[in-house]
Amino acid sequence: MSRAWVFGNDVSTDDIIAGRYLIKHDPRELGTHAMENIDPAFSKKIKPGDVIVGGKNFGCGSSREQAPITLKAAGISAVVAESFARIFYRNSINQGLPVMTCPRVRSGFKNLNEIKVDLKSGTVRNVSAGKVFKAEPFPDFILEILKDGGLIPYLKRKGAIKSGK
Amino acid sequence: MTIAEKILARASGRKQVSPGEIVEAKVDVTMAHDLTAPLAIEALEGMGVKRVWDPSKVVIVLDHQAPATTLELAKDHIMLRKFVEDNRIPNFCDVDQGICHEVVPEMGFALPGRLVVGADSHSCTYGALGCFATGVGSTDMAAIFATGKLWFRVPESMLFKISGKLRNRVAPKDIILKIIGDVGVDGATYRAAEFIGDGIKHITVAGRMTMCNMGVEMGAKTAIVPPDRLTREYLKGRARGKYKEVFSDRDAEYASKSTYDVSKLEPQVACPHRVDNVRSVREVQGIEVDQAFLGSCTNGRLEDLVEAAKVMKGKKVAKGVRMIVSPASREVYVDALNAGVIQRLVNAGAIVESPACAACMGCHVGILGPGEVSISSSNRNFKGRQGSPDAYVYLASPATVAASAVKGKITDPRDV
Repeated sequence: MSRAWVFGNDVSTDDIIAGRYLIKHDPRELGTHAMENIDPAFSKKIKPGDVIVGGKNFGCGSSREQAPITLKAAGISAVVAESFARIFYRNSINQGLPVMTCPRVRSGFKNLNEIKVDLKSGTVRNVSAGKVFKAEPFPDFILEILKDGGLIPYLKRKGAIKSGK
Repeated sequence: MTIAEKILARASGRKQVSPGEIVEAKVDVTMAHDLTAPLAIEALEGMGVKRVWDPSKVVIVLDHQAPATTLELAKDHIMLRKFVEDNRIPNFCDVDQGICHEVVPEMGFALPGRLVVGADSHSCTYGALGCFATGVGSTDMAAIFATGKLWFRVPESMLFKISGKLRNRVAPKDIILKIIGDVGVDGATYRAAEFIGDGIKHITVAGRMTMCNMGVEMGAKTAIVPPDRLTREYLKGRARGKYKEVFSDRDAEYASKSTYDVSKLEPQVACPHRVDNVRSVREVQGIEVDQAFLGSCTNGRLEDLVEAAKVMKGKKVAKGVRMIVSPASREVYVDALNAGVIQRLVNAGAIVESPACAACMGCHVGILGPGEVSISSSNRNFKGRQGSPDAYVYLASPATVAASAVKGKITDPRDV
């Protein structure tokens, strides 16, 4: 069972992982600092598979790709938000973290509500409250990237990358 | 077509593109720094690629925590130096050169009509020189390293017409803060911001860099100033190769158009913890500050240091305030030394740090403790950005930072 964790508008990549941790290379270590600015104990509360529900402009600010790496390593299986900042959105897909744009989703959830996300149909369900939200569905190639766990495993599987010159 | 559309059309080998289209474009220049390059290199290795597609088009800069501040980072710097050597990348800026967004233009890589992609969100700074410049993450950077290409969604453009001349001690920073306050932190998401008008003609390339730098703070993918006489003057003796200036067509389509008469603009400040929480300095004056930071890719250029020194002339940094100055690059540092500006700032009580990202992002010098207040010439005041999540960062122009440093509280630079 996945549970929802609800955040506000304009969650920045500094919130997701503070600048001082960017020198850490171990994703698990990054994961222990997820959302520390907003809730220092957040990483301890997460159960693998939990979903973040955000408001507008989720992931704004710095281009740090450590942001989606951190969330994934902390056990977050998807982020559903009303809108995303551009670079975070691309980085998340590239890292294989599903990010779904879903209007009015934030007010439809409370912390710890049971949430079900269907990537293919774009359906986001609040099981606890019996509500259903419709997210923008992903095109097929993005679904494949997410299934493979990111852009690099996807490109490798497709044989799109030729080894060095 | 707009400038942004024309550049993406040229780079993707098309005659015409329109907003919303996805294009695969050839990147003219690419940049990565010490916090984004290691992940990009890891991704590149993950792809099984050993060499970058064209070493002459890659710039690597060690600036975010330079010289190395921790053992982990020292190891990253060693790895990056080796990567540069193995790939024979000629344009490498070690820890002694300064901030990527200052050195890339100084080195003549940001040229009108070019497509420049950096692994840093503030790469939009280069648009001050009439190029399409945007920031990406490390995996996208790895894709560029491997192939020289990346896919882009052609952005809609927003036109900002600037008219009038700024008054004394009011700066381009005040213009961009005012605009972000109006547009909001996500008001330009996925879009290109284009700054035009007679007001822009009066703004130096350094001032245009300040404005374009903060384009991303309203979500913009890129921010562009059409090239003119000042652009050409800046590029004289710097430009790497020939370039072709690109301008928007008269009938170009924009998602929005707005006009700003800046002749009556007051000094502005972005209050915690949002860049669009903008007020005039007069409205918040009197708030006591612990630290004043003058530097960053937004406002660490010579004219910024000169302006601060002017405001501080004959005065001292207030007791209990730490004023940290970090020139944006070695070139800026040397010019400021030769002009006597560094001496004046130090004599006034400032601490001068080597050119780097410094206090801007809370992992180098000048980290804020709980409850502390900073007035900063940088670009982000997010919670925790400069250290403790319980600290408060106010963003303002160099003149306002300097005035606040000498008064010990947020101060309108016209009152000093």
